[in-house]
Amino acid sequence: MNTANQLQWVDYIVMIIYFGFVLGIGFFLKRFMRTSSEFLSAARSMPAWVAGLAFLSANLGAQEVIGMAASGAKYGIATSHFYWLGAIPAMVFVGIFMMPFYYGSRARSVPDYLSLRFDEKTRGLNAITFACMTIMSSGISMYAMALLIETLHIFDTPFRLLHLPESWVFHVSIVLSAVIVLGYIFLGGLTSAIYNEVLQFFLIVAGFAPLVFLGLRDVGGWSGLKTNLPPAFVHAWAGMGSPHNNPLGVEWFSLVMGLGFVLSFGYWCTDFLVVQRAMAADSMSAARRTPLIAAVPKMLFPFLVILPGLIALAITRPISNPSATIGDLASRSAQYGGGFMGRVPLTAGGAGSAPTTEKYASTSVPLIPVQTSPTGEVVIDKNGNMQLDYNMIIPQMLLRYFPNGMLGIGLTALLASFMSGMAGNVTAFNTVWTYDIYQSYIRKGQSDQHYLRMGQFTTVFGVLLSIGTAYFAASFNNIMDILQLVFAFVNAPLFATFLLGMFWKRATGHGAFFGLLSGIMAAAIHQGLTLPADSSPGIKGGWITVVTVYPSEMAQNFWTAIWAWTTCFVVTIIISLATKPRLERELRGLVYALTEKQHERSGPWYTRPVPLGIIVLALTLVLNLIFF
Amino acid sequence: MGFDIRLPIGFLFTVLGALLVLFGLVTLDSPIYQHSLGMNINVGWGIVLLIFGLLMVLFAKRSQARQPRPEATQQKV
Repeated sequence: MNTANQLQWVDYIVMIIYFGFVLGIGFFLKRFMRTSSEFLSAARSMPAWVAGLAFLSANLGAQEVIGMAASGAKYGIATSHFYWLGAIPAMVFVGIFMMPFYYGSRARSVPDYLSLRFDEKTRGLNAITFACMTIMSSGISMYAMALLIETLHIFDTPFRLLHLPESWVFHVSIVLSAVIVLGYIFLGGLTSAIYNEVLQFFLIVAGFAPLVFLGLRDVGGWSGLKTNLPPAFVHAWAGMGSPHNNPLGVEWFSLVMGLGFVLSFGYWCTDFLVVQRAMAADSMSAARRTPLIAAVPKMLFPFLVILPGLIALAITRPISNPSATIGDLASRSAQYGGGFMGRVPLTAGGAGSAPTTEKYASTSVPLIPVQTSPTGEVVIDKNGNMQLDYNMIIPQMLLRYFPNGMLGIGLTALLASFMSGMAGNVTAFNTVWTYDIYQSYIRKGQSDQHYLRMGQFTTVFGVLLSIGTAYFAASFNNIMDILQLVFAFVNAPLFATFLLGMFWKRATGHGAFFGLLSGIMAAAIHQGLTLPADSSPGIKGGWITVVTVYPSEMAQNFWTAIWAWTTCFVVTIIISLATKPRLERELRGLVYALTEKQHERSGPWYTRPVPLGIIVLALTLVLNLIFF
Repeated sequence: MGFDIRLPIGFLFTVLGALLVLFGLVTLDSPIYQHSLGMNINVGWGIVLLIFGLLMVLFAKRSQARQPRPEATQQKV
């Protein structure tokens, strides 16, 4: 019996228990929410390990989990570059070098730091784009979850029992998730979100570790995986000499600079969604350790989230024909979702031949099903191949390998990660809206109670906006793609601004603002002038005119980021040198050269950031070598 | 703020672990385990979750006992 599984009462009980706990934590925390700082900044009271797991978990939305498995099946073990090359070094950097300024400046948010270091217009630009982005991500999470619940028929049984029409499943899922997220954030604010992220971290491990175990067993362990996959899929670095020798379609320079440096540092070091977790830590030392503690499980997460994709591919792939040629793979429309950003477009493109189910002839739904449009037609790419729905790998594996009981745990973990993806964005939106937009530009100088109420009201407002976005995403997929692209442009140059802001005291507000703007412009222009292979001009690029064709969409993304970053870096320096510098005494605590160094000699060595960071980097290097 | 997060984590996983073990024992020879390659993963993994949950509760209680903070922490449970 290898057919898809049906949910039973025990699975629903698991779900109810979990979400009962989630709301319970909110209710319990309600009494502590007396000031705006308690609601929006968790009163800076989190121990390092709690902040650390939340730092990791806030990014670990379901889109990350689902997107990484999808990329694993599309690109193989090279997907781990998003972790071992991208995330980990950036996390070590933000912990050791940047946290002293974020935390030490007493800034309440990342845009708040920009206003302290530069000026109001730089803060405004960052705050407003960030606020839009969080709402959009939260809405997309909500939409994706409702869609998944509908597709997997998770709520069909209870609906039948209650005599409700099945066409309501989508709408009820949206409302239900909104009520739960609203409930626990409205009651417990950021603290509630952080505690629930920690809970979710353990639940994800509890739900996915057995899945990987069973999947690996089924495919015959690591050696079984290797024999069933083309060699390029089990090496992270070996084919990086040329874009035609690896599934990502990139070469090592754009990989290291674009992904490893610009995109990853830009996300992990400047995105308030994650930085907010470290800012909630209870001391400077804890804040600095937060990303380093998060880096340890992060390093191991490829085994939990990428491996299922490889397993699904190995099982689906007919053994008699083990490899599509690499050129074939590289020229796929390699639409990479940027899963590490937690902001993934839902359409996992990527053409391929239809999966054969030789080994599992009795299976009703293959592990990588064919993608169907909302009207139920099979999606065909322009070469006439059926598109595969890589995003269904994790859900289909849960249904295939888990008996009832474990199935409840696995599905709850998936739903929980969707919700924490929403909650993380809503809490970040709350803080940025209340402190950086409302208090800074709309109503200054009110009582703290006023801002506390504003924060609570913003939760309601943010959740309602998310619902609106979810329905918007459901009806205008293309507009969402365009918005995603615009935000990618906005994000790409950010790290240059922060790097210069923190380590070059001469950088000025005008320099930062116009540097950022020109970086965004550079990203847009570069995208408008280039095109990934196999695409037609339009949203994929080339809407000005096509000057260069990249071997893959990922290569195009990386180079867009590199251009944006470099432009921002150079323009910021030039304009800064031409404008009046700020007084040095105003920059104390905000810039490296004018801030006292952190001396953390107290406590055992393993609680100090620098040794911890070195250990983390060394272990990551070892992982890279093992899977070279 | 308030309480030790290890306590609710511990309770949650104790409850979930116990539920899995019980359900796994009730369904010992059920065909549902053909999904998990013939292994009763409910009992096996349920025990792991149960032990993890109990350890978390234990750690939370121990650190509570070491530094008693009467106002907030004691009220929990």
